[in-house]
Parts: sequence; structure tokens; C-alpha cells
Amino acid sequence: MTLLPEKQVCITGAAQSEVGRPSPRTALQLTADACLAAIADAGLSPSDIDGIATYPGKSSEGGGIAPVSPSEAAAVLGIEPRWILASAEGFSHMAPIFNAVTAIACGLARHVVVFRSVAQAQARIASRASTLMAGARDRVDGNNAWTVPYNALSPINTFALYAQAYFDKYGADEAQLGAIAVNNRANAAHNPNAIYRKPLTLDDYLAARVISSPLRLFDCDSHIDGSTAIVLSHRDAAKGLRNPPLHIEAMGMAVGGLWVGRHEGDFTELPAAHRAGAMLWERTDLTPAGMDCAQIYDGFSIHVWMWLEALGLVPKGEACRFTEGGQRIALDGELPLNTGGGQLSAGRFHGYGHIHEATVQLWGRGGGRQVRDARTCIVSNGGYGYGAMILRRD
Amino acid sequence: MRKLPKLEPETAFYWTCGADGRLRIQRCGHCGTYQHPPFPRCSNCGSEAVAPAPVSGKGRLASYTVNHEAWVPGLAVPFVFGVVELAEQAQLYVFTNVLEGEVRIGMPLTVEFEHHDDVWLPMFREDRE
Ligand SMILES: [Zn+2]
Repeated sequence: MTLLPEKQVCITGAAQSEVGRPSPRTALQLTADACLAAIADAGLSPSDIDGIATYPGKSSEGGGIAPVSPSEAAAVLGIEPRWILASAEGFSHMAPIFNAVTAIACGLARHVVVFRSVAQAQARIASRASTLMAGARDRVDGNNAWTVPYNALSPINTFALYAQAYFDKYGADEAQLGAIAVNNRANAAHNPNAIYRKPLTLDDYLAARVISSPLRLFDCDSHIDGSTAIVLSHRDAAKGLRNPPLHIEAMGMAVGGLWVGRHEGDFTELPAAHRAGAMLWERTDLTPAGMDCAQIYDGFSIHVWMWLEALGLVPKGEACRFTEGGQRIALDGELPLNTGGGQLSAGRFHGYGHIHEATVQLWGRGGGRQVRDARTCIVSNGGYGYGAMILRRD
Repeated sequence: MRKLPKLEPETAFYWTCGADGRLRIQRCGHCGTYQHPPFPRCSNCGSEAVAPAPVSGKGRLASYTVNHEAWVPGLAVPFVFGVVELAEQAQLYVFTNVLEGEVRIGMPLTVEFEHHDDVWLPMFREDRE
């Protein structure tokens, strides 16, 4: 069998900037903070880095969701890349990681820094409307034209449809969903870089206002300013570096109709995420039962149910009972979930918080939130496009 | 208050078809499959013979949410945002607001149009027939 590209690539360093709501530092400063720290964490210097990639690139639109280009980051870091990429399309936030994996496996680069920066808190202060899908223009075009005229001005309105359909089909309830927010907050208490660390009870969750039924305030992640960076290295170049290399055991990706406004299925699942999950397990001998912890995308809490089932971690229609009460997803449960607080409590690092937390666990840096003897971690990103990885430490 | 859709070449028919009171959805002239949003070719058979076709305007509520958040100043809340599975074909979905009354998944719906400038927004309410 051909050696899969991800088997040739390891994560050798990872870091996060400070998180702010807002941060006094610019998006470019935060990016440099994260990248330089990740490079140093790997035991490398910027001159060792020959590739740089990000999601999604730079745009003046979108309210701080795309504040930094890889070219300007390279210039600020003093990197002279031979390979560079900004990917806004396709398989979620992980697209630049998967592309970097293939570039490294093909010999185009040896050490690539991949970053994700967000400046949504700063933008929100500059303009209340800046984070809304409606934007400032008179008329709405593209994919948002199907929803914004109906005053569905936030992605929560779309994903609330999924939550309601799931509740209806499987008899799920709010307490089962609320267990995710409660779990994430309990974990965030041990994460000094989490934006919300005050304890949250299920009663608090249920007492919070409904934003878009059945989703409530604490079902939503929070926009922040911050940056995450990881260093990917060829496995030969990873030997002898500062950290034990984290193997990319497998990766899976898919994009479906939702990306272009065409819904598949009956609104109780994300069919394309299931395709990403199927691809993931095709590429490894490991099994769902062999995962020591899980960092599952939680832009909204309902994503966690969708992803747990898409990745085969729980059977279809069972995620609601799996999270109920929180015991099975707790740090000492059968599948510790979102151990750093996820996006619900740590802030919207936009998928890269989950990837960073996987490295924290596998490198044993979790402190009070450390999962004992964590050697494998499954990570997923995305609500509209889908990416997943299994990371493994020897 | 509503932000209206831009009339784009592929989608203008959907937003203007209410002028004569009939909802239209893109349909393949070769295999008969409906698709929404419209594409330049049929997702089922690949034919480019796709064109707007009148539909019944009936369907069932596939899912819904009651939005309580005033995302912009002046937005009247609560309101129901929903997705309709049109009667013509399984999993043929359009988004809408459901007007008035109690909502439940599976309830029968019928279309009406809300006219603003050059746009006729398809809206749905309970079909009591
Ligand atoms: Zn056809």
C-alpha cells in the first residue's frame, strides 16, 4: 500500500496567543505571537520554516473572520517560504493542514507553520453589524440570499433547524444538549487561556435566554481575538526536535451541499460530515473505541451531536443520551470531550482551539484538565465543510 | 424589516415568480428532477435543460426555529424561521418564515408571497384545506 501522506507528517509544535474580548493587540501581532511560540515550541527557529498556510486568508469583509494573509505573516515572521497557501474553501478549517500535509509528503516543504487568526471581538466593537451575515450592503447575494431575507441573520438559525429536527426525531431534550455546555465550562476552569472559566450549572444553562429555539445562550460560542499556530514537520525532520512527534494517524474531509446552500438529509445529521468520518477510519487501524479523548467542533452545541455520530463515536440518534448527565464526556469519563472548554467556553479560535487542545493532551500539558495517559485524540472541525484528524503519540 | 435578495441571473426567477402568484422551482426537462438552489445543470442526470417550473406551493414543515434575538435594531421578534419540504419531491427544501399560529414539524403548509419592490418573497402558512 502506498504510504499515506499523513503518515509522513507529524505535529512538532503548537501554541496559542493570548485570547481577548477584545485584545489590545492587532491580529497580525497575535498571529506573530502564536507562530513564534509554536516554532519555538518545536525547537525550531523561523529560518527553519519553509512553508506557511492559513484558513481562510485575508478579506476586509466578514467582521474580523479573515484578518491576516499568509504572505504578511511570513514577512512579519521573517520566513522565506517555498510553499504558501490560503484556503477558504472546502473541508472546513483544516484545509490548510491537509494541504500542508500533502506539500510536506511531496517534498515541497519540511517544516510548515499553519495558523488561524480571528479578530472578531475587535470588529464587533467597531460595528455591531460586522459579524452578521447581512453585512452592510443594500441587498444580499450568494448563499446568504436564501436565509437573510427571512431575517435568519446568524448561522444559529440554520443550526437551530438541525437541533429542532433532531429533538423531534429522537426525543432529545434541552438538558441532554445543555450537558455539553456544562461539560465544556467545567473543563475551561482548568484552561488559563479560556475566555469563560466561571462554573456553569445545568440550571444556569436552562435559565439563560433562548436565542433561536431550541438553542440558548450557552449553546453558542463566543467571538474573540486570538491566534493559534501549529508546526507540521516531515517525520524525518521531526526526529530529535524538542517534543515527541504527534503522528497524524489519519485525516478525513468532505464538503457537501450545505456549503452552497443545498441541504442533504432530514436535518438530523450532516451527511457530508459522515463522509469525512468514513474517510478517516479507512486510513487507520485504530477504532472509535481506541480514542482517549475527543475535541469536537462546537460552534454551536448541536454540532457536537452531529459530529459524534458522523465520526462513528456513538450510533445514530444516540448522541443525546451519550452527553446526558455529562458523566461519559467528563475528564474521567469514557470519552473526555472538549477538554480545554471547546469554543463554547474557550472562545471561537475557529477549530484551531480544538487542534491545539489535542496537542496539549497528547503532550501532557493539561494540568488540571489532563486526561490520564492520553495517547490518541480525535479532532473535528466545521459546520459547513468538514475535516477530522486522529492524532497519536507513540 | 427585511434585507432583500439581490436578483442574480440564476436566482431572479425564484424571487420574482410570485408576481403571478405561482411558486417556481428549477426542474430538469430531461429527467424531471427538481433542484434548489438552482444550478446550471441537473445534479441528477447532468442535463443543461433546466428551467423554472411551476409547483403546487404546498409542502410540510421539515424543521423550524423560533428566533428571539434582535440581531439588528428594529428587528421584530420572535418570528419563525423554517424549512419547507415541497410536496413535489423528497428533500426538496426551501427556507421561509412561517406566518402566524402554532408550528410543529410535519405541519402542512401553503405558499403566499410578500411583495417588496421587485421581489416577491415566498412565505408559508398552515394549509387548512
Ligand atoms: Zn436531470
